[in-house]
Amino acid sequence: MSLVDRVVLLGRAGLDTLAALGRSGLFLVNVLFGRARFGNGWTLLVKQLHAVGVLSLAIIVVSGLFIGMVLALQGYNILVGYGSEQAVGQMVALTLLRELGPVVTALLFAGRAGSALTAEIGLMKATEQLSSMEMIGVDPLKYVIAPRLWAGFISMPLLAMVFCVVGIWGGAMVAVDWLGVYSGSYWSNMQNSVEFSEDVLNGLIKAVVFAFVVTWIAVFQGYDCEPTSEGISRATTRTVVYASLAVLGLDFILTALMF
Amino acid sequence: MRTRNLELIVGVFILAGLLALAVLAVRVSGLTATSTGSTYSVHAYFDNVAGLTPRAKVTMSGVTIGQVTAISFDKNRYSARVDLAIDSNVDTLPADSTASILTAGLLGEKYVGISVGGDDDLLVDGSELYDTQSALVLEELIGRFLLNTVSKDD
Repeated sequence: MSLVDRVVLLGRAGLDTLAALGRSGLFLVNVLFGRARFGNGWTLLVKQLHAVGVLSLAIIVVSGLFIGMVLALQGYNILVGYGSEQAVGQMVALTLLRELGPVVTALLFAGRAGSALTAEIGLMKATEQLSSMEMIGVDPLKYVIAPRLWAGFISMPLLAMVFCVVGIWGGAMVAVDWLGVYSGSYWSNMQNSVEFSEDVLNGLIKAVVFAFVVTWIAVFQGYDCEPTSEGISRATTRTVVYASLAVLGLDFILTALMF
Repeated sequence: MRTRNLELIVGVFILAGLLALAVLAVRVSGLTATSTGSTYSVHAYFDNVAGLTPRAKVTMSGVTIGQVTAISFDKNRYSARVDLAIDSNVDTLPADSTASILTAGLLGEKYVGISVGGDDDLLVDGSELYDTQSALVLEELIGRFLLNTVSKDD
């Protein structure tokens, strides 16, 4: 293969990536601003909220509980050396609200719900369900994609809040009930150091941004996948990899902007 | 009927998420309505407020009775002016009460502690606390300690 061929290949790969980015942008605009027709839409949305949000609740609650407990245990072991183990509450709360809550929820969400979305839509495409819908004059963007996208946007921030609350409660269980930190100082140190707008709202904004990115990637990868079994598997892998990388990269940028 | 159940479950889920946000707001960040009850404001001048921030606690006998509303530098007096909002319930403070800047624990935050004086006149809205005690600055303390050790050796 000559040097020129390699350069041509590189250029084509670059153009392909650029085209995919453009396609995903157009796709998002079409889904979000396509003519909304209510009535049937709510039922579809409720169904997807159940599949994407409610069914993810179990893994979110269990991980949140354990992450809060581990944070409290680690924090206690370090802080007790300085005689300031009362600060364990504020450490657990700030860590969860600012970083771990949104980020871990987004990663779990990408693995639990994102991959399922991609595989489902990819299989619909491979079995030509999407083309049949177009044939009978039903817009698949509106009836298949949009409810899933909105369900992701709505449920992930809610899941992140649940994650934080369960984590803080798990931290309280370990620190107060098992390690004997005075419960008054656990909660009051937390309340003194956590600002609603600074910490809770910024964490919520992070969760909303991650929800947007993760669901967008998942749905687009499914819609854009090669309609073969191999293509679906590649698209599912790409969803988890791209979504995780995007979440971690965006987290750094958002943290730099916010705090 | 199945859709109805689904709707109920999703409703519970959304409610749980919103409830979690409410818990974070109230229980974790201690967000309270900004003006709980009425307050009256007094001010005091400190030589050094090192580390005191607006919204820091104002306490008396360890109980919170108000908060710091503003901190500014008075260029005519070369000292820091601290505005305090004190709960209207606590309206029996003598005019010569002392305000001192204290630290909660070794690494804790700064707050204003008020100790009671003996005057018959009471603090009212807009009055000044004349008797103040500045924040302890660790470097100054160490410097004074070193100076003492040196002079003892002589």
